[in-house]
Formats: sequence, structure tokens, C-alpha cells
Amino acid sequence: MKRLILALLIGLFSAAPAVGEDPVVPLPQADPCDVPAYLLVGDAKLEEVAKAFKERRELRILVLGTGSSALAGGGFRAYPASLEEALKRRFPDITVNVLAEAKARLKAADMVQNLEKLLLDRKPDLVVWQTGTVDAMRGVNADEFRHTLDEGIDAIHEAGADAVLMNMQYSPRTESMIQSGAYADTMRIVARDRDIPLFDRLEIMRYWNDNGNFDLNTGTRDSAMAQKVHDCIGRALASLIIEAADLDRIKANPTQ
Amino acid sequence: MAPTVPTERDLRLDLFRGLALWLIYLDHIPSNIVAWVTIRNYGFSDATEIFIFISGFTAAFVYGRAMRDYGFVVSGARVLKRAWQIYVAHIFLFAIYLAQIAYVARSFQNPLYAEEMGVLDFLQQPDVTIFQALLLKFKPVNMDVLPLYIVLMVFFAPVLWLLLRNATFALFLSAGLYAATWQFGWNLPAYPAGGWFFNPFAWQLLFVFGAWCALGGVERLKTLLRSRVTIAIAIAYLIFAFCITLTWHFPRFAPLVPKWLAEHIYPIDKTNLDVLRFAHFLALATITVYFVPRDWPLLKSDWLRPAILCGQHSLEIFCLGVFLAFAAHFAKVEISGGIPMQIAVSVLGILIMIAVAWLLSWYKTSAERKGAVRPKTPDADLAGGEA
Repeated sequence: MKRLILALLIGLFSAAPAVGEDPVVPLPQADPCDVPAYLLVGDAKLEEVAKAFKERRELRILVLGTGSSALAGGGFRAYPASLEEALKRRFPDITVNVLAEAKARLKAADMVQNLEKLLLDRKPDLVVWQTGTVDAMRGVNADEFRHTLDEGIDAIHEAGADAVLMNMQYSPRTESMIQSGAYADTMRIVARDRDIPLFDRLEIMRYWNDNGNFDLNTGTRDSAMAQKVHDCIGRALASLIIEAADLDRIKANPTQ
Repeated sequence: MAPTVPTERDLRLDLFRGLALWLIYLDHIPSNIVAWVTIRNYGFSDATEIFIFISGFTAAFVYGRAMRDYGFVVSGARVLKRAWQIYVAHIFLFAIYLAQIAYVARSFQNPLYAEEMGVLDFLQQPDVTIFQALLLKFKPVNMDVLPLYIVLMVFFAPVLWLLLRNATFALFLSAGLYAATWQFGWNLPAYPAGGWFFNPFAWQLLFVFGAWCALGGVERLKTLLRSRVTIAIAIAYLIFAFCITLTWHFPRFAPLVPKWLAEHIYPIDKTNLDVLRFAHFLALATITVYFVPRDWPLLKSDWLRPAILCGQHSLEIFCLGVFLAFAAHFAKVEISGGIPMQIAVSVLGILIMIAVAWLLSWYKTSAERKGAVRPKTPDADLAGGEA
């Protein structure tokens, strides 16, 4: 028993100095939006986007999402707008049209119900499907969730569009209330099986938080930080699309 | 042949249940680097399997003897009393959870997380939520093991009765229920939607299997467990599971898993205790029993005493662990979420668990010494760990 008490004391002393220290020293960052390549680059390709780009057609992107694809309050731009801006800035001679269809509180299954009509109306070359948050909050059955994702991806492919899956935001405050992990894993597995890119918003935002780019624990009524985060998400998403559709190479050798 | 109820206490049960409780605690702290040491990262099954199996084992050990000595009614009543204790513990944890949620709802605001804050919506209608929690249908994150345990205990008396009459038949029935659950998709309903995270119709198999092992099953499996072939198969399976799990952590290895194999094994369903998980647990248990004999000298050493103490007071320590995981998350959010903090809360939490377990056993022994508790009564807490 003496050893146990000793172990307790040693543990207390060795642990004590760590409490209260802030280990994450924010490094001076050139760009808070920086994302390491391993979080953005995958093997999956966006053929339809590449085709539209080659033919110099208008590039139509549909963002299908829930509350975290929009920012409440007038005058705030959510990530779909900054995605459009980033693409336009990079390729000024191409018409880029990003449409956001974001409704709060929708599960993946709710979104799929309306999907076919949306695809007919909008005729996108690419659908960015942001989902998972509401399903995790409601505790939707894992099998059902997976099945719904497959169904949605089928519909998107049948409409002749590419698909990108986007998972949930990293939200440290609600981490012990929303079990995101299993749903994020399902989305990774489905993306891999279907050979489509996954925009891993969860890990990207976690990286920004851990690296000190943003402190996502901050409580505030102000939308300024949310605006900046969305701006970074839009730009990172643009990078993923450019990479997966190989747009830079097509631009350099348009005839290939 | 009537199954025998062993009388001697097996410290290995306490040891591994104690370790499982630590692992569950580490896994419950969100974004915790220390959770890398837990077994779920190296194979299909995790600490939940260990906890449920050992709980079934000890329940049979303790109440099996009571049923033989005092009959069905008395022992059945004791089992129900135990279920009631677990129920009360669950509601207690729920109260703590509500307090935490309500605090976050009042103190935290950020337009970035407008959607995520929707998880607090149930605070708008506490009448419904609290009622659903009392019915065990509302189960917040990390609080789903106890409802499973409660249901398993409520139905344990008749199961035990059958196990004592014809153990193998009881095990067959249990496996039949498991198979039917997979076939027909049975589960208990949860609130607001879906089913239980730990489906009792499926997980009962592990609990009943634990009870079966306690009532002579281990004796019957002795030659099988000692056979080199079994050990070889178990090791091969553990290596296979390890390699598959590796591809989850390093997605660039994922294409190495052949498509036909991936189609067969995925998804590995935790809710319904996937066969791969069950097999993984069996392999782990086989290896453990092989290399850690019952009379292993270290079991009596001071080094393993902390884990054994925690395992002997599993209900209290489990609840404490869930509470400490909430507290750890709170500390991470309010003070700092960095790696030193993650290590600090992990170590401190386990130390607190050990200290409380030590205090609990001190209470018990000092009360027994004073004669307040008659030591002859079969004791759910110390007869090989509580049930």
C-alpha cells in the first residue's frame, strides 16, 4: 500500500505543472488557412469537373449541406461563397457557379429525398455533399447511414456529376455530447469504396485548432471568427477540387 | 451433468476488469492522445467486451452459488436488487450529464457551431427527456453501457436457473437469440430515434458466455484452450485483426486490403456485437488465459493491486470513470486541450479511480472487522469481484 501512495504522489507531482500551462504556442503563420497536403490529397479523381474544364464550359458546383454550410446573419459569407471566389481567382477565364443548398437539421436521409429533383434543376458537374453532423446528433443507425450515403452517391453519379463528401466540423466544446467518430469513419470508408474524394473537415479543423491557427474553444457572439474559418474551408475545398480534377495540368496543356 | 459452481476466487477477473475500466475511461475522453494505448486501436474488439464478459462471469459466480444455496426466489431477488443499484447509478450519471449540458448551453456561444448546439435542444423539453432517460431510452454519449448491463441483469435470474440445469442448452439458446437478432434486425427502441447503441439482444451472448464459462465451461474447454492449434489460430487471428486495424490509421495502406475481403468484413458492427469482434475477444481471452495462469505470482503483488482493486468495485469505478471523463473534457476545454493536459487528465483520472477503489475496499474490510456485515453471506462485491 505504501508503494501505491508513493505512486499517487509521484503522479500528482508530475502531472501538476502541466495543468494551467498553455502548450499550444501559436506560431506566427503566414496563412491561417494552411492545410498539410496529406489532409487534402487523395487518389480519387473528379472526371466530370475535368471534362467541363477542358471544354471550357461553365463549371457548376452544387453544395448540398446543413446548418454548418451556412452562416446566420446578413452579410456573412459561408464557405460556398469563398469556394467560388477562390476558383474564380485561380481561373479568371472560366465561369464558376457555386450554388449552396443548405438547410439546418437535415439528416443524410432527408437530403437524399430531395436530391433527384435538385440534380435535375441544377444540373451540376460536381456535388459537394456535406453531411453527418445531424446524423451523429440524432444517433442514426450506422448501417442506415452508410446505406443512405451510397444511395445519394448513386443518384449524383446517375445525374452525370462528380461527388465530394464533406464530414462534420471539429467542435471541441460539444465533443463529449456528439459522437462524431463513428460517422466520420463511415464517411471515410464509403468515400474510399466509391473512389470519391472526401473533404475531411473534421481533421482539417482539428489541425487548425491544435496548430493554433484558430482557437475553436472560443465562445463569442461575434461572427468574425466563423467568417474566417469558413473562408479557409472554402479555399481548402477549392484546393482539393483543383487537385482531384487536375485543373492546373489541364490549364497548362489544354490540348492533352 | 449438473454444472459446478467454483468456490475459489480468481483474481484475474478483477485484474482484467480493472484494466478494462481504465481503458474505457481513456477512450471516453475526447481527443485524448493517451487513448492510443487502448486495445481498440489494435484489433476489432475493445474494453467493452472484456467488461461485459467478466461481468457475466462474476454474476454467475456470485449468484450461482446463492441460487444453489438459497434457491431461485432469494437469489433472483438479489439479482434484481443489483439491477436496481445499476439503474440508480445510471440515473445519477444522467443528472451529472444534464448539469454539464446545461452549463455548456448557458455559457458557450459561437455562430460557427450553431448547428452543433442543436444537440442541446432536448433541454427545451426536459419533461420528455427526463422521462425517456428514466425509461432507459435516452442515452447520451458514453452512457450506453449501463443500460445494457441493467437489462442483462434484469433477465439474469431465469438465465442462471437454466444455466445451472443445463448450461450448454442455455448457451445454445443465447446463441440462437444472437443469430435471430442478426437475421431479423431486432433491437430495443431509443429516443429520439433509432435503437440502442449496445443492442442487448446481441450483447447478451457475451454475458451468457461469461456466465457459462464460470459454471464449468472453462473446465470443459480446458483441453481446447491448452492446445497448440488453438493458440496458433488465436495468434494468427489477432495478427490479422491488427493488420486490418492498421489500415484504418494509415489510409494509404487501405488499398492493400483486397476488395472481396473488405466486402466481407465491413462494416464491423459494434451495436450488434459483430462476429469479428466476438472472435477477436475470444482470441484475446484464449491468449490471456494461456499466458496468465490462475496462480500467476504477480497477481498477488503490489504492482497489480491497483487494477485489481478497481475491478473489485467495478460499478462504482465505472460510474466514477464516466464522471471523470466529463470532468477531463471540461478541463481540456476550459484550461487547455494540449497534449500535456491530455496526459495529465488521463493519469490523474486513473489515480483517482485507484484511490476511490482503495477507499471502498477499506470501508468494506473495516466494516467486516467490526462485525457490521456478517462475513458468511455471499458477498456480491468481494466474492471474486462484484457481479
